[in-house]
Amino acid sequence: MSTDEELLEDLLAGEYRALARVISKIEDRAPGYRELVSELYAHTGNADVIGITGSPGAGKSTLVDKLAETYRDRGETVGIIAIDPSSPFTGGAVLGDRIRMASTVGDMDVFVRSMSARGTLGGLSTATADAVKAMDAFGKDKIIIETVGAGQNEIDIVRTADTVAVLVPPGSGDEIQTLKAGILEIADVFVVNKADRDGADRTVQELQDMIQLEGGGGGLGGGGSSDGHHSQEVIDAHDDWDPETDETDEPEGWTTPIVETVAIRGVGVEDLIDEFGAHREYLVDSGEHAEQVRGRYAEEIRTLLREDVHAMLEDELEAAGGVDDLAEAVRQGETDPYSIADDVLDPVETCLEGLETDDRSSGGSSLN
Amino acid sequence: MSSEQEQESIRCLVAKVGLDGHDRGAHVIARAFRDAGFEVIYSGLHKAPEEVVQAAVQEDVDVLGISILSGAHDTLIPKIMDGLEEYGAKEDTLVLAGGVIPDEDREELKAEGVSAVFGPGTSVEETIEFVRENAPER
Repeated sequence: MSTDEELLEDLLAGEYRALARVISKIEDRAPGYRELVSELYAHTGNADVIGITGSPGAGKSTLVDKLAETYRDRGETVGIIAIDPSSPFTGGAVLGDRIRMASTVGDMDVFVRSMSARGTLGGLSTATADAVKAMDAFGKDKIIIETVGAGQNEIDIVRTADTVAVLVPPGSGDEIQTLKAGILEIADVFVVNKADRDGADRTVQELQDMIQLEGGGGGLGGGGSSDGHHSQEVIDAHDDWDPETDETDEPEGWTTPIVETVAIRGVGVEDLIDEFGAHREYLVDSGEHAEQVRGRYAEEIRTLLREDVHAMLEDELEAAGGVDDLAEAVRQGETDPYSIADDVLDPVETCLEGLETDDRSSGGSSLN
Repeated sequence: MSSEQEQESIRCLVAKVGLDGHDRGAHVIARAFRDAGFEVIYSGLHKAPEEVVQAAVQEDVDVLGISILSGAHDTLIPKIMDGLEEYGAKEDTLVLAGGVIPDEDREELKAEGVSAVFGPGTSVEETIEFVRENAPER
């Protein structure tokens, strides 16, 4: 325990290795990591968190590298969390984003950390959020999360950020169609990277059309603001380019800008940073930031609880004879997954009911 | 998949240092480590010792595998070891060297803090086994 306190002290004092160790503890879910993270919260809230997402090869790492370089030129410190997929079979991963991050090499004030999923569903987004907390407490001014934008898991990760940039490479006309489904709703800024390539203008045009359709009010999505969107509350919570359309005299909403960049040569990076700044300002002025943060914490609480309950249920499952035997029983046609789930959950439910009656009689809350 | 809460994974940095463009070996090792379930960070080519140190410290790796085929191991590896020491990372990082390293240089590297030297002909399994057994407990 005392070593953890030391670790926390070292982190707050600005020791790189301590930050690195804390992030490892978070990733490993090492004993005591929870206390550590909850201690961190008191020291957070100063960093701007930016999410960068886009398909593989869109130029995320290169752009992140240039962003870091530019921020450093402006005298700000940068933390980068680069997320790569891991093998669902072996858990192994090759984390290669570092290779592209060469502009700021030798500068310890750019702290790059590569992460990948380890097993549990949704675990990575919790770990990312916690790692962001660690970097925030360490004193980083800007924290950039870089991840491949594919699937709900990735979207969850990127939602840790205040401002999300979605990279769209030129010539991805059809890709934009597919992007529509999930990734586009989370974009606060669109980046058409590799803008010196053929088709960049067209991509910009297509994005513009789409933004107009979505945000224009009279168009396809404008009918009922809440219905027009996908049912995930999570996305609604982060939805800032459709601000309460029920008021006709709406407060100035955020219109997703499109920035053209050529990351490899650093073109457009300043513009992008300006847009990040503008979005940040918008968030704070409109009061949306508070709402965003609240939504994020609500989700964090839910996720934590879900994970805890999940762990309890794993033990319960073990006690009920192990998942393999139960699965075999289903295969043999002796029972079915639903009955098993009911059986496994039954003692937990009885226990909880018992607790509730206890609570009512004694008035005390008993947390385990 | 284990049912325990802790999710430890062995983290490795596979690094190429100095003017040395031969990375086939490093790639093979990186992939083999990945398939063994490790998290592998690959440095890319032509890294300065400081860059390798920076990556090793920030990524908090358990294992640092340095691949050198240029013959400059006696100058580059001590620099990396010094850098690790500066950040307090030398003690609990398992440092391995691979590539073309003459037998007579091995003792010196070991004295510097390199745990093992894997020359040409070492099997991938042997290396993985060594890492599994010797990765530092933290």
